[in-house]
Amino acid sequence: MPDLVKIEKLRVEYRSRESQNGFKVAVDGLDLTVGSGEVFGFLGPNGAGKTTTMNVLLGFVSPSSGSASLFGVDVREPIARQRIGYLPELTYYYKFLSAEELLRFYGKIFRIPKGELEKRIDSILKLVELEHARKRLIKTYSKGMQQRAGIAQALINNPDLLILDEPTSGLDPIGRMKVREIIQRLKEEGKTVFFSSHELGEVETVCDRVAILYQGKLQVEGRVDDLVKNYKTNLEQIFLKVIGYQSSQAV
Amino acid sequence: MINNALAVAGIVIKELYRRKDFYVLFVLTALITLLLGCVNFFNDDRIARYLKEICLLLIWISSLIIAVTTTARQIPAERENRTIFPLLAKPLTRGHLVFGKFLGCWFASGLSLVVFYFFFCVVSGAREHQWPLLIYLQALWLHWILLALVVAMVLLGSIMFAAPSSNSTICFIFIVGILLVGRHLHRIAIQLQEPIRTIVSVIYFAIPHLEFYDIREMIVHNLPPISMLACLIATVYAIGYTAFFLIATWLVFRRKSLTA
Repeated sequence: MPDLVKIEKLRVEYRSRESQNGFKVAVDGLDLTVGSGEVFGFLGPNGAGKTTTMNVLLGFVSPSSGSASLFGVDVREPIARQRIGYLPELTYYYKFLSAEELLRFYGKIFRIPKGELEKRIDSILKLVELEHARKRLIKTYSKGMQQRAGIAQALINNPDLLILDEPTSGLDPIGRMKVREIIQRLKEEGKTVFFSSHELGEVETVCDRVAILYQGKLQVEGRVDDLVKNYKTNLEQIFLKVIGYQSSQAV
Repeated sequence: MINNALAVAGIVIKELYRRKDFYVLFVLTALITLLLGCVNFFNDDRIARYLKEICLLLIWISSLIIAVTTTARQIPAERENRTIFPLLAKPLTRGHLVFGKFLGCWFASGLSLVVFYFFFCVVSGAREHQWPLLIYLQALWLHWILLALVVAMVLLGSIMFAAPSSNSTICFIFIVGILLVGRHLHRIAIQLQEPIRTIVSVIYFAIPHLEFYDIREMIVHNLPPISMLACLIATVYAIGYTAFFLIATWLVFRRKSLTA
């Protein structure tokens, strides 16, 4: 399986007034690979460095040291983003556009020919179940519908790799289930999905492999089946154990 | 680059015509002009001149409001709504985004200018029964070129100041200041003591002289069109400043965090 995502000895530091030495380490010596066709869960508590790692992969943040590449191309090159789709956490898309217009706009950036773009818009809107609302302005959408519009924009270039940052964050159970179904369908289509989530049950159901990050460092990485077998418990308990969480009752 | 910039520009233009700002300003300008046009003060034959003067002043105010407020909110809104993330996750650089926003705001302002000047042309033609189209076209062109400079300047402000409202206020003060005082700065400098004299003189030569683009007086007094060479020089002057502001915007934006 060729590596679509490759991260080597990644370190990201931020300037911080609160810290004594003047900077804060967000990611510390991270090594990670994601193979083609895998669904990879990137886990960790808030502030663990998940979004920072994703921001490096997307070229938003420059690494302090180490390297990251997508499809073998350095992430700082815009061309590395030609074959990826990205869904950020909690985005409020252009209120004055409809879902159809939003997808047309993003499609233009990828220079997708007009005929093909229209066909793709039809099929993606069907996939994310927004066909009925395609001409309605996004400002009239519910949160779940907005999130599905976000997934649709991430799919417009028929990407080989999808990077999803907490795709089910803030959604009701039905919304979460719909997003999970979309990820399942993408998995069946052979897409590579790299996603972060706090919904560990969902990660256990959908992912082939997971990595758990804590305080910027990689704590555990492996196949979900293997981890469950080795630790003899479910992913949620593994997660809590790895980050050293003790409930107040246990204390 | 052009493909990406045009895609971004298209969204800005769509935003302008789907918002109410332009329509409100146009209706206000039209209403005030038409109301004044109905009144005949003291049976004065020169009433058409006053009407033209007021209409042009309203067009200038409206166009500056549209250009400044539209531009000031562009990049801050992208950051605040987080749409900048999916946008820059595509093969689109920060340079493309800045240039696209510039083109969008400039074209959108240009479209609204065409509507305003068409209205002015109809109103003044109906009153004076003459159509000096060349000078009207020159006025429209110079006004549009001035807006390129204004849009680029406000775009730089939108990267430097966090809130669009503070950016708009600062830019309005700066623009109105240049339009009213800019041309007199060197005369003021002569009357001052050193080192303030040098400072004021440097400011005089450094600021973009927006008053070059204001030929309202010539239209009001039915003067002949200005020379094409003067128009060309003014255009090149504006392109120089616009390029400077756009490059500065790109350089600052390159290092800026994407979060609001």
